[in-house]
Amino acid sequence: MNEFNFLQSLPAIAPEIGLVITAIVLLALDSGIPFVYAGLPESRRKGLALVTAVSLIATALMSIAVWSPTPETTGLYWGGMVRYDVLALVFKVMILFAGAITALIAVDAEGIGNKGEFYLIMVVSTLGACLISSASDLIMLFLALETTTIPLYVLAGFKRGDTRSSESGMKYFLFGSFASAILLYGLSLLYGFSGQTNLYAIAEYLSSGAFTANAFPVLAALVLILVGFGFKISAAPFHFWTPDVYEGAPTPVTAFLSVASKAGSFALLMRFLIATFPAAVVINGQEIQNFWVTLVTALAVVSMTFGNVVALAQRNVKRLLAYSSIAQAGYTLIGLAAVQVTATSTGAEAVAAITYYMFMYTFTNLLAFAVIIVFSEATGTETISDLAGLSRRSPWMALTLTIALLSLAGVPPAAGFFGKFFLFNAAVQANLVWLAIVGVLNSIVALFYYLVIIKVMYVDKGKDEDKPIPISRTYLYVMGVVSVIVILLGTIGVQPIFDWALQGARALLNV
Amino acid sequence: MVEALSFPVLSLLIFVPIIAAVIILFMPRESKDLIKGIAITAAFITFGLGLFTFISYNNAVNDLRTEQDAIIADGGDIVATKLYDSTLVFEERVVWVPQLGITYHLGVDGLSAPMVLLTSMVMITGVLISWRIEDRTREFMAFFLLLVAGVFGVFVANDMFVLFFFYELAIFPMYLLIATWGWVKLREYAAMKLTLYILIGSVVALVGAIAMVLQANQFFLNEGAAVFAQAVESGVLPADSTTMSFGITQLTLAAEAGAFSVPILGDISFANLWFPFVFIGFGVLAGVFPFHNWSPDGHVAAPTAVSMIHAGVLMKVGAYAALRLGVQLLPEGAQTHLPWIVFLTLVNVVYGAFIAFRQRDFKYVIGFSSVSHMGLVSMGWATMNVIGMTGAGLQMFSHGAMTALFFGCVGMVYDRAHTRDIPSLGGFVKVMPWVAVAFIVGGLTSMGMPGFSGFVAEFPIFVGMWNASPNISLQIGNFALTNYYSILVIIAALGIVITAAYVLRVTGQVFFGAFNREKYPDVGDITLRERFILVFLGTPLVVLGLYPQLMEPMLVTGLRPVLALLGVST
Repeated sequence: MNEFNFLQSLPAIAPEIGLVITAIVLLALDSGIPFVYAGLPESRRKGLALVTAVSLIATALMSIAVWSPTPETTGLYWGGMVRYDVLALVFKVMILFAGAITALIAVDAEGIGNKGEFYLIMVVSTLGACLISSASDLIMLFLALETTTIPLYVLAGFKRGDTRSSESGMKYFLFGSFASAILLYGLSLLYGFSGQTNLYAIAEYLSSGAFTANAFPVLAALVLILVGFGFKISAAPFHFWTPDVYEGAPTPVTAFLSVASKAGSFALLMRFLIATFPAAVVINGQEIQNFWVTLVTALAVVSMTFGNVVALAQRNVKRLLAYSSIAQAGYTLIGLAAVQVTATSTGAEAVAAITYYMFMYTFTNLLAFAVIIVFSEATGTETISDLAGLSRRSPWMALTLTIALLSLAGVPPAAGFFGKFFLFNAAVQANLVWLAIVGVLNSIVALFYYLVIIKVMYVDKGKDEDKPIPISRTYLYVMGVVSVIVILLGTIGVQPIFDWALQGARALLNV
Repeated sequence: MVEALSFPVLSLLIFVPIIAAVIILFMPRESKDLIKGIAITAAFITFGLGLFTFISYNNAVNDLRTEQDAIIADGGDIVATKLYDSTLVFEERVVWVPQLGITYHLGVDGLSAPMVLLTSMVMITGVLISWRIEDRTREFMAFFLLLVAGVFGVFVANDMFVLFFFYELAIFPMYLLIATWGWVKLREYAAMKLTLYILIGSVVALVGAIAMVLQANQFFLNEGAAVFAQAVESGVLPADSTTMSFGITQLTLAAEAGAFSVPILGDISFANLWFPFVFIGFGVLAGVFPFHNWSPDGHVAAPTAVSMIHAGVLMKVGAYAALRLGVQLLPEGAQTHLPWIVFLTLVNVVYGAFIAFRQRDFKYVIGFSSVSHMGLVSMGWATMNVIGMTGAGLQMFSHGAMTALFFGCVGMVYDRAHTRDIPSLGGFVKVMPWVAVAFIVGGLTSMGMPGFSGFVAEFPIFVGMWNASPNISLQIGNFALTNYYSILVIIAALGIVITAAYVLRVTGQVFFGAFNREKYPDVGDITLRERFILVFLGTPLVVLGLYPQLMEPMLVTGLRPVLALLGVST
């Protein structure tokens, strides 16, 4: 490791520093500075959303423009705690955008938008998610995961007066801490075998042949870690918390936790599996890669199938999106299974496919939740059948939700089509044709329930048909801009983003 | 050769409707006249572009043919690819996702030029016949235009990915159009059924397509490196080509050089393994038995304009894609599998006609007649010779215009009588003479009467079947079935007799006999706008019937590369 150089090391965590500053500013604005500033009055606290969004977007743009890693500067920094590379950057950018959009769509949410601490806690969680995507040390990895999820527990139970919200927070906390413990146990085993905490150093040690004992304990550690991650990305069968938490948590929180923690966890999972257990790691003649590929494949099939089938029966739109997000995790895991290095595949396209998928999923899911927030704030209901007649009550909301659902379903010109295409392409390339076929068949099942929502909005007649739903200007702009982004990502924006993701993939795989 | 153009005519074909749709979505919903005005303007501009494409192609067709003759005479390598490349005109090429070899590559050849014309014709009539839609006119027109844009995209795509992109783009607006504006009793069920059927077919084909691309990539990287280098050098492939490509020209090259003939599963070759998935995957949209089930329900449930575009154009999209991606890219698979797939198409022809005969609902008759007639198109592909395939190409156009006309007629009757129950209709010739005449013109086309386009389309298909018969054999275990096409064609020809029977029955019961004024007090004649629709769609049926030369030469130029790949000389 090179000698520590403070200035050179700064860009590696520059977005996180930006987030810390944002958090401090938010705290000051919200509660004031003793003797100097009294803090924003209650009535103007909504302005904090704008402050949060602007500073997060500025941080994201600065990371791209100024703090972008070059091949020379790519590497481990801060004592090997974080890896500074393009992949981390792509994920950080999407997480920062997710935070910004969440802040904006939370503005009018009852009991959330005017609470300064909401924005503060969310920014801290964003900070954790950013760290996750570059963590390259077991300690950093765990620390970052907890920095992301502990604020999320708080946020899920944010509406103290609402029993559903409290229940959701409690459930999330119990399941979450349990999963963290399992993960931590796995990590500690790994440390015990190798005596290293750095992911790259562990890989080096394992592949050097120094570890000659039975492969079984390593596999056991791997299983424990995958279970922990399976919880974070809500892959079946570790998804139990997802529907209840999604349904009970305040909708802006659901929106945020459905994308940010998922995106960060996928970044970390890729980095962990690829860095620590590359194809080169062979213990006692057993290629560890084969083992985790099998596990991930199984997780993918179970998640997709379970998520989609159960989603068919949902009546609550947030619950439906919860099951859909389980299924989406399954599709993304197809890409992870395809990351393996085979004769026909270097894995780079698969990493890029996952990255692209998460990128478009972030915007798409937030778009869907934005509409649901407006709808439930106006009508007080989240039931699918109450969406009836939405296309007459508010044609723009109906169209926006349609775009979001089509993107989730993978129908062009929305971004999801390319997302799914890249994943299935990667699977076929890695000789997993059958997995790709399971994926496409699942996406047909998924299309059914998305279409049902669209049908309800356009075809069914509701009892409040003639009551238009007002949309405030903030939401109109957010929905408009994000819809355009989702369409652009599926058409002319594909090339630059995929190219960027591919750069990230190469940085990760060193190819 | 067709002169290079200074404006991208094919992109305009796709984007004029899309832009019009976006403008319409931003209009206030009350200004319905303006919305309809924009829609019809877009439709006429698109029709102008489509007609321009067709006429330019037609003017150049002799030159193209001479060029092709030279290529054939020259022999040499990559004949089919060169043949294919030589007929593509108005090409536009922009690299889209280079890492995966996806290119926004458009071009029309002899097969797609008639389809472009057909689509633009049906588009105009579709907008006109929807003139009186009052419920959310804005959304209806916008989705309709998006649907048409998707269809254009499929026909002019010269890149598999672009083809799939537009194919799937077309499906969603169709779902909403049927589910929202369709026939109340059936629309939700039919729309969902149709969408799921078609999407399952297309995604299965998509996996096949990805497999093809990767297979070709491996081939060009290894054994086929020399072929690739030579093609780039000779200009058949553009200089910036990569070995991984979704380009149809490049995959044709791979097919010709034998990339898809390698065994991959036991001794089953790649082409033989994937052909059924790709051909039948798209065949679902073309209504191939036993996957035709969505089609009558979908057509009946859809609003008139959507039935017209659906039966008139979208089913051709399926047949077209099955030929382009199935037969053209996997010719070896076609030779193995089409001899049994032909039985399915025979079921289509005969069974579809019988079911049509049994219907009481006017619109179901037309719906099942589409199943029957589209069976003839697939049967034409299965002949694998020039005459039968040309007939199938003509049938695609002929049936497109004819079915659109039929659905237009049904819609006009239903709008006034508010029923489609055949026995309770009658004598409509007295109040709607134009519709009666148009229906009879369509009917005569449908039953293959000489002088109408149905004859010039169906007759070659039967001749093609007959001619193909000695060359085809189907191996079942140790038993080889030979010369059976001649038997099939006789049965298929009997299907035409049934067609005549149901057409005459419907015509007689709906349009002739006594008209019950008490039951239908308000039924009057059709408007000028509707007359225009009927004339507009009826004319090509007669013109093509009398002068098939209008399309036959261009279809042959388009089919030559496919036939060359199948090892048939033309």
